[in-house]
Amino acid sequence: MPIESKPIIVLENVSVRYRLPSERIGTLKEYAIRILQRRIKHRDFWAVKDLDLSINQGEVFGIIGDNGAGKSTLLKVISKVLRPTTGRVRIYGKIAPLLELGAGFHPELSGRENVFLNGALLGYSHEEMSRVFDEIVDFSELAEFIDAPIRTYSSGMYARLGFAVATAHQPEILIVDEILSVGDEAFQRKCTDRITGFREKGATVLMVSHNLDLIGEMCNRVAWLDHGKLMATGTAQQVISQYREGTP
Amino acid sequence: MVKFQVVNTQIDTEKNKALYDSSKRVSPAIAELKEIGNYRHLLAQLIRRDILTRYKRSFLGVAWTMLNPLGTMLVMTIVFSNIFRDGMPGVPFPVYILSGLVVWNFFSQGTNASMSGLVWGGNLLQRIFVPRTIFAVSAVGTALVNTLIALIPLVIVMLITKATFSWALLFLPVAIILIAFFTLGFGLLISSLAAFFPDVMEMYQILLTAWMYLTPIIYPESIIPERFHTLYRLNPMYWLVKIFRAPIVDQTLPALGDFGIAAAISIIMLVIGWLIFTSKSDEYAYRI
Repeated sequence: MPIESKPIIVLENVSVRYRLPSERIGTLKEYAIRILQRRIKHRDFWAVKDLDLSINQGEVFGIIGDNGAGKSTLLKVISKVLRPTTGRVRIYGKIAPLLELGAGFHPELSGRENVFLNGALLGYSHEEMSRVFDEIVDFSELAEFIDAPIRTYSSGMYARLGFAVATAHQPEILIVDEILSVGDEAFQRKCTDRITGFREKGATVLMVSHNLDLIGEMCNRVAWLDHGKLMATGTAQQVISQYREGTP
Repeated sequence: MVKFQVVNTQIDTEKNKALYDSSKRVSPAIAELKEIGNYRHLLAQLIRRDILTRYKRSFLGVAWTMLNPLGTMLVMTIVFSNIFRDGMPGVPFPVYILSGLVVWNFFSQGTNASMSGLVWGGNLLQRIFVPRTIFAVSAVGTALVNTLIALIPLVIVMLITKATFSWALLFLPVAIILIAFFTLGFGLLISSLAAFFPDVMEMYQILLTAWMYLTPIIYPESIIPERFHTLYRLNPMYWLVKIFRAPIVDQTLPALGDFGIAAAISIIMLVIGWLIFTSKSDEYAYRI
């Protein structure tokens, strides 16, 4: 029996502008010369434009669209990495980002040390990580290697440990950016099972993927982005077929 | 049903306030200060990581933190002690050099690590939220720990040269804190430049070398010609080295005026560095 859900992520009229120099100015010297010549030109690029979106607690929400549609930018705005240029973002829960597994690992440190370092990057204290440490080792199947430097790990081991750390605590909002394509099939199964488990316990999941079958299977609502604009929102089947036909 | 309603109202009152609202931000500088407090665990982990990894693959490990300034001091003493002896009656030359090097290494390590930390962390900043200043703060924290370790050989050299240990040495923690403030402020300033212009890191190495020779670290103050005195007083590091050295070399507290200037310089540098760095904090995520 689902509790009547309320918005947990609210975006109102959100736009994100990247302001980049129109040519790459790599050196300070060059920059100084250009300033004197008044030749600094900026190119504005709107990655997301006038977006309104409200995601409810407990939803598994998918975002689809072509490359460069603004999907990743949207996730970054929601996870506080970028600030919207205009508009307003409100988040009513703690966010656990699952972006590029193991991005903060240090090669010289052991797996054990990296668990605590990566945990701290996600905002967890040493004690909070100690409590779930055994479970992380268990889930990532790395018991034998946990004290070896991480530079000796294979890419699969790396990804397994990264996923285990990022999902060690039940999140209120989980952000998944195209990561379920790592590891072998058995481990992918384990990952999707864990995400499903979070949803059953009331977590909100926000995922971006090019794998439309995965989106269709896991999400109850989907948004289609194109060139930074919201083309459609609705049930997974409905939006995916609109996207495939190219008709909003 | 009743049970669910109770649960719902709880969620209601608890969640009426957004944990994050992009439209509500006091000022970037103050918001950043709060975030550093929230991420203190990460700060501890980063400092730990930097100290552990710096020497993990070297044979002598953390001993290098002590041997490094000791080696430089030894070379400088052999080369310069005869040239500069006249300028420093009654002061053991090794102690003079080593105390200057400790301050200088703190500053140059801290600022360099701030820059490389931000460049390394740029990769992370694009993916997850972490306070932008955390790399500079942890770099200065690491440099501070290294400096405390480097005080051990200084004490040993003082014992060997039979230097006097005075009560004024209790002032050293204050001097070290001021140097840390200055280093953090300057590190933030130079990091925000390095984030936009990669060549700043190379240029800074040249600047550092010149700056070190323009600060009385390996030579006595007395050899500076009169006409350059005003110029030397414009060098912030001159004052910081001076107040650190007073208790060690002269066995007295620094003059109140010197201390006031050093404190003002450090605090102003910290505020300026913090304001400039955080004013750009929304851009690092896509500019590095």
